[in-house]
Amino acid sequence: MTAHARPPHEFDARVTTGLGDANLQRSLNALKGTFIAARGHAVTALPEFEALRDDGKAIKDHTLANLDFYLQRYEEEVVRRGGQVHWARDAAEACDIVRTICREAGARTVTKGKSMVSEEIALNDALEADGLEVIETDAGEYILQLGREAPSHIVMPTVHKTTDQIADLFQKHHGELGFPDRTTDAAELIAQVRTVLRDKYFKADVGITGANFLVAETGSNIIVTNEGNGDLTSTLARVHIVTTGIEKVIPTLEDLSVMLRLLARSALGSEITSYTTLSTGPRRSGDLDGPEAYHVVLIDNGRANMLAGHFREMLRCIRCGACMNHCPVYMSVGGHAYGSVYPGPMGAVLTPMINGHEAAGELPHACTLNGRCQSVCPVKIPLPDLLRRLRHQQWEKKFVSAKVRWGVGAWAWLATKPRLYKLATGAAMRVLGWAGRDKGAFRSLPLASGWTKGRDMPAPQGPTFQELWARRTRP
Amino acid sequence: MTINEAHQRSEQATSSPRVALFVTCLVDLMRPNIGFAAVKLLEDAGCRVEVPRSQVCCGQPAYNSGDFASTQRIAKHVIDTFADYDYVVGPSGSCMATIKTGYPALFEDDAVWHARAVKLAQRSHELMSFLRDVLKATPPQTRMAATATYHDSCSGLRSLGIKDQPRDLLARVRDLKLVEMQDSDVCCGFGGTFCVKYPDISVKMVTDKAANIDATGADMLLGGDLGCLLNMAGRLRRLGKSTRVFHAAEVLAGMADGPAIGEAEERR
Repeated sequence: MTAHARPPHEFDARVTTGLGDANLQRSLNALKGTFIAARGHAVTALPEFEALRDDGKAIKDHTLANLDFYLQRYEEEVVRRGGQVHWARDAAEACDIVRTICREAGARTVTKGKSMVSEEIALNDALEADGLEVIETDAGEYILQLGREAPSHIVMPTVHKTTDQIADLFQKHHGELGFPDRTTDAAELIAQVRTVLRDKYFKADVGITGANFLVAETGSNIIVTNEGNGDLTSTLARVHIVTTGIEKVIPTLEDLSVMLRLLARSALGSEITSYTTLSTGPRRSGDLDGPEAYHVVLIDNGRANMLAGHFREMLRCIRCGACMNHCPVYMSVGGHAYGSVYPGPMGAVLTPMINGHEAAGELPHACTLNGRCQSVCPVKIPLPDLLRRLRHQQWEKKFVSAKVRWGVGAWAWLATKPRLYKLATGAAMRVLGWAGRDKGAFRSLPLASGWTKGRDMPAPQGPTFQELWARRTRP
Repeated sequence: MTINEAHQRSEQATSSPRVALFVTCLVDLMRPNIGFAAVKLLEDAGCRVEVPRSQVCCGQPAYNSGDFASTQRIAKHVIDTFADYDYVVGPSGSCMATIKTGYPALFEDDAVWHARAVKLAQRSHELMSFLRDVLKATPPQTRMAATATYHDSCSGLRSLGIKDQPRDLLARVRDLKLVEMQDSDVCCGFGGTFCVKYPDISVKMVTDKAANIDATGADMLLGGDLGCLLNMAGRLRRLGKSTRVFHAAEVLAGMADGPAIGEAEERR
């Protein structure tokens, strides 16, 4: 079910699908009134939010500048508390590590908390190939698993689905589990999920979660949820495996309090999530519950490369989703249009870094560089600058189409030849100005179908400013 | 004129800064009227305005396409052209942001050109912010009987912090009522080459924008960037709306007396 980056040439087709999907458009519109408004209120209600953003950025910058130190410290603390830490260079290694742990634990059933990293490494596919029963326990991820779909948002994975679609899905899959009747009542639908999943938690041999943060000083991993499914996943199974990127570590619990205050407000517009779960190692003697074994799989998968170059700032990302909620492109086409695990502005940066430019294709270009994402990012990632730099990489690799290269190249050449430029453009503007005089705008223009498909092209006034200025004559 | 005002004027005259107008390629080609409006506003504020003839484009299309080598060549041309003025002022947040933030970044590995780029960046300003924040000017009052709504263009807003400046200046225009649209700070879908590379997404975005403009009941749309204004005017026209679209400078200078953007001559 996990989405792999799909070929870039499908981007336009996916955009068309997204724009034409009435259900999706309704859902995205609803987001504006809920999460965006809620974030706005939450931020206004906290006078020190700007200062918190600076703190959050500073914490992440400091950690990233000393990442080797904090990861080692984190590992030591996990081991000291009886856990094990595994290092994975890429997705394949990470999946192999998890598969081996499951095999050695004699696992048959695996429960999973929501983890974007597990989507990134296509973990479910790998485990299911081994014959394991994998159960997503986040309600959204559970719905997607039933529908064999990929998430379209990193925080609200099912934002593209309607209640009716979920009702149909549940009727099909829950019919034989004691819920024969179709319902569209949200509370009833959630109650079904709770009942169906309750048994699975107890049956599970292995529980896999991601991590919102890792705290180096205590060796803890932190997950925030609103459903409590993360706690049940991590405490009820015999083995708890944390799959996480190496950039998730922060130094101290004090730092964690800063990051948590930023995260919930940025993601949901709430002060804090219902559950904030710190798990630190396996069950100790005397503990009432907890797993017998505790594993952390620290995954690089392109992150170390980002650390070294211009893209380090992207590693500050805490996966709140604010950038996509505020992105007019994401809000127009939805998450599936991106064709990658991570959608929206952060996805347009991460996908080429993780999967390469060939897989990412158009993504860095499909953005107006309007900067709204950066203005809401809790850790102030300069997403537009990073996207422009990715475009530069694609330009250098000649990934940009010949038509664009030629057009931009010709313009750039002319832009340093003022006399020639004036001759060429002056004549063109006179013709266009004359032709457009009666109507004021063109409904269609040769070579400008991209523009005139959905809007008129206002006609130029005629002579250029430079020509008129030479005569000091207003148009 | 009060004695104070007269004193101020004479002071401005003696210290009148030499300002180069960065026309921007879109204004030069599509709507010279905005250039004349900019000149008038600057001269009214006591500037000596010159228009360097060798100027063309800031290079933003190449910059945002990732063609940094071409952008550097264009940037060097711009830096040379505008090296000798007290200020460089343009009627566009996006072009001036390219000069102010883009150029220094482009030359981060070239100490000589970096220094020159920073020097130009420090003297370069978008028109509205230059009038209000640098000159602290109050343009001569003009009149425009209209209800207008203002679109915040993204580069100006987020790279240069232009939000209140045009509104403050427009508030002085007699009989002009300003009403805020919902999401005035959300991108209109222009995005330079974006609008022709991804026309479907762009049209969706500008359709949302047009709906927000329409919902205000305003009969006029104002903004500070011609690219965005062409995009919104084009969509409004296609939708059959009669909203009149002008650059804020045209209204402030009392030069919104001819056809609006995309309007036919005969309305004059």
